[in-house]
Amino acid sequence: MLKRPQYIALGVIILCTFVLLKLPDRAAANLKLAISGIFLPLFGMSGSLGDLAENSSYSLLSRRELIRQLQWQHKTNQLSTLYFRQADEWKRENDRLRDYFNIPRQYPWKTKMARVVARDPVNWWKTITIDRGTRDGVVTNLPVVTAEGLVGRIAGVSFAQSHVVLVGDPDCRVAVLVGDDKSREQGFIAPASSSPLDHALVDLTYLSRNSKLIPGQVVVTSGMGGVFPKGIVVGQIADFRSIGYGLYKEAQVRLAVNMNRLEEVFILMP
Amino acid sequence: MSWFNTIAILLVAYLAIYAQATFNEFRHLVVVQIDLIPSLVVYAALSGGVLTFTIVALSCGLWIDSLSANPLGISLLPLFLVGLVIHQFSDLILRQQAFAQFILGLCATAAVPIVTLVLLMNTQVQPLLSWFSLWQWIAMSLMGGAITPLWFFVFNRIGETFNYRPLGESSFRPDRQIKRGRQ
Repeated sequence: MLKRPQYIALGVIILCTFVLLKLPDRAAANLKLAISGIFLPLFGMSGSLGDLAENSSYSLLSRRELIRQLQWQHKTNQLSTLYFRQADEWKRENDRLRDYFNIPRQYPWKTKMARVVARDPVNWWKTITIDRGTRDGVVTNLPVVTAEGLVGRIAGVSFAQSHVVLVGDPDCRVAVLVGDDKSREQGFIAPASSSPLDHALVDLTYLSRNSKLIPGQVVVTSGMGGVFPKGIVVGQIADFRSIGYGLYKEAQVRLAVNMNRLEEVFILMP
Repeated sequence: MSWFNTIAILLVAYLAIYAQATFNEFRHLVVVQIDLIPSLVVYAALSGGVLTFTIVALSCGLWIDSLSANPLGISLLPLFLVGLVIHQFSDLILRQQAFAQFILGLCATAAVPIVTLVLLMNTQVQPLLSWFSLWQWIAMSLMGGAITPLWFFVFNRIGETFNYRPLGESSFRPDRQIKRGRQ
């Protein structure tokens, strides 16, 4: 039999659990972010130590290595400038044609870099924490990307940090497009059901049975749903199969971004 | 109840949760994140009173939920129940035996995610579960079991370092005192 103090403690815990689970979503999210603030000193300290280690490693680089890297950067920069000028010309042409046909213009993305400071400590979620919050103008549902492709969306924001729910989590469904310009198919990215060992694979569902899929085809966001802008690379088709007695098709998509090795990400600001 | 013990456990738990959120090498290696907290609750339940393991379960539950996508408060009850059961039978447990510590840690680390998932299933959220989660559960439980004797060792050392050492039994006995001089 339990003793009196144990009954009291059990009652307190049940009451706390009940009250916390019944809190309104907004209040619960704010409370959660306030509690996670207790870890801010540790995150700050580890960030400073990381910077210190990085700066120390720079001083160890030889002059020859630095010159070699500088030359490589110079060449890459020249190439990027060339591509940028070409893209700028295409943009002008695109804007002209959009004006001509009365289609609204597309504006370039405004990005803000953020550093990944933590991952979800629990095995059944795919989320990360980044070091940008409301003080940097971050709000919920902003898309998060890297140079390789889509990472996820902002799920919760505090003053100095934000939680990002990654592509492949049940809470991050993405409407996507696959195929060439003539026959583009729409579908949804869902968590992988058949290959849980490989975290780089997710499922592409709700494809019609007539979809012409080829392994290696690029999957991009469709812009539907209003969270992710159109055209962000999500991944490539790895495999596909017919389901529901041939009524639908389902594909496996290899994500463009390695979610296990994320260090810096970009938030697409409004 | 020793307040020093409770504060030491809370401090270690705070660092353990931070490590769990930031140290990812083990996760990359076996695709499983270790859960260090149930084994800490085992230690708290065996070394302290009801208040100790209640405070530890409450704080750790809130800290873990705040860093994860769990609904806030979902981890409180599973951690507390583990502590309560172990504390209830603490007189029957050979707490100094490493094997007993391993088994307790294993059972606690296995029980906490199951109770948490049962609670999660009754909320509106949908966790990422598949057959692979079974492997994660087994690996997590084994690691939880393996880490428990380590917690006992660490806290014993902390206790030895910061607490007063008990005086050893003196060889002096008043009944055997030699009395000199004339009576």
